[in-house]
Amino acid sequence: MTTAATMPETIMIDVARYHPEHDEEPQYERFEVPYRSDWVVLDALNHIKDQDDGSLTYRWSCRMGVCGSCGMMVNGVPVLTCAAFLRDYLPGPVRVEPLAGFPVERDLVVDLKDFIGKLSAVKPWIIREEETPLSEGEYKQSPGQLADFKQFSMCINCMLCYSACPVYQHEEEFVGPAALALAQRYNADSRDEGNAERYPLIWSDDGIWDCTFVGECSEVCPKHVDPAGAIQSAKLESTVGWYTSFLPLGRKRD
Amino acid sequence: MRASNEPFFWSMFSAGGMVAAMVIPALIIVTGFLLPAGAIGFDRLNTVLTNPIGRFVVLGITFLVFAHAAHRLRHTMIDLGVTQFRLQIAVAIYGLALGGVIWTAIVVFA
Repeated sequence: MTTAATMPETIMIDVARYHPEHDEEPQYERFEVPYRSDWVVLDALNHIKDQDDGSLTYRWSCRMGVCGSCGMMVNGVPVLTCAAFLRDYLPGPVRVEPLAGFPVERDLVVDLKDFIGKLSAVKPWIIREEETPLSEGEYKQSPGQLADFKQFSMCINCMLCYSACPVYQHEEEFVGPAALALAQRYNADSRDEGNAERYPLIWSDDGIWDCTFVGECSEVCPKHVDPAGAIQSAKLESTVGWYTSFLPLGRKRD
Repeated sequence: MRASNEPFFWSMFSAGGMVAAMVIPALIIVTGFLLPAGAIGFDRLNTVLTNPIGRFVVLGITFLVFAHAAHRLRHTMIDLGVTQFRLQIAVAIYGLALGGVIWTAIVVFA
């Protein structure tokens, strides 16, 4: 714990800069910002943008760990910069880089296209064979049925898990932790009837079977979604499906 | 999208992990400590391990542990960044494990 007497007045921030128009590759620029014990890394970036260089480019919105926009690598670890306090990185310098594993558009902004595509590919919505008419009321669910998927529904699509996943870093096709956890969220929802539509992708070699259960996704998840656990549950279901596909009444493989 | 055949290897990996965690320590204690210490007679253990069921159990345990080790080694290599020659590496590693199983079978049923 840093006491008031030893508290530094400033802290150094090394920010990765990249301008596709004139940079071959990212470079680091060092900024000195005031140190406040209640400042987070995002506050430091906002200070730099206001006071030093208005061209610094990064995403952020809510400042309270809900929107999932401000994920970056801080000292090599993917974090929400709105929840990463400068006091935890004393004495500095603090290295801020764009999320690992994604193409960089400019400075700290990464290209989301791959992630968004994968997210929609797992069909993260409730699929019904037949919608019950409104007049028959809502789809009821017991607390136990809610508990089966609630944890996986907390994802804010911040992509920290993709940056932490060593498999995603070299497997472009890997559907990845957040999307697979979300698939599990709907597969485990008692109101949903879309499992069979999701299985072909999530049970494929690009789905859960690319995962080697390193578990870093669950370590860095700011919402405690536990994607690694979701993938493990899906692996068990997929394995049961694989064995029963050889039985006369089993679900046939695609 | 084609369904993966990974479930077969993964289920062997899972079962092997369970066996490696629960049965192997017991076997090490029995054969490595209790037997040399004279707490269990050699003849008695020999009777258990050489009856037909005992032989198959030993072979089954060894098969699962070899399958577990091979699978883990294969995936660890990918995590460590060895992403080329996957098929060749998989064939070599699982082949090595299969060799170990055959060797065990020869020893067990000799």
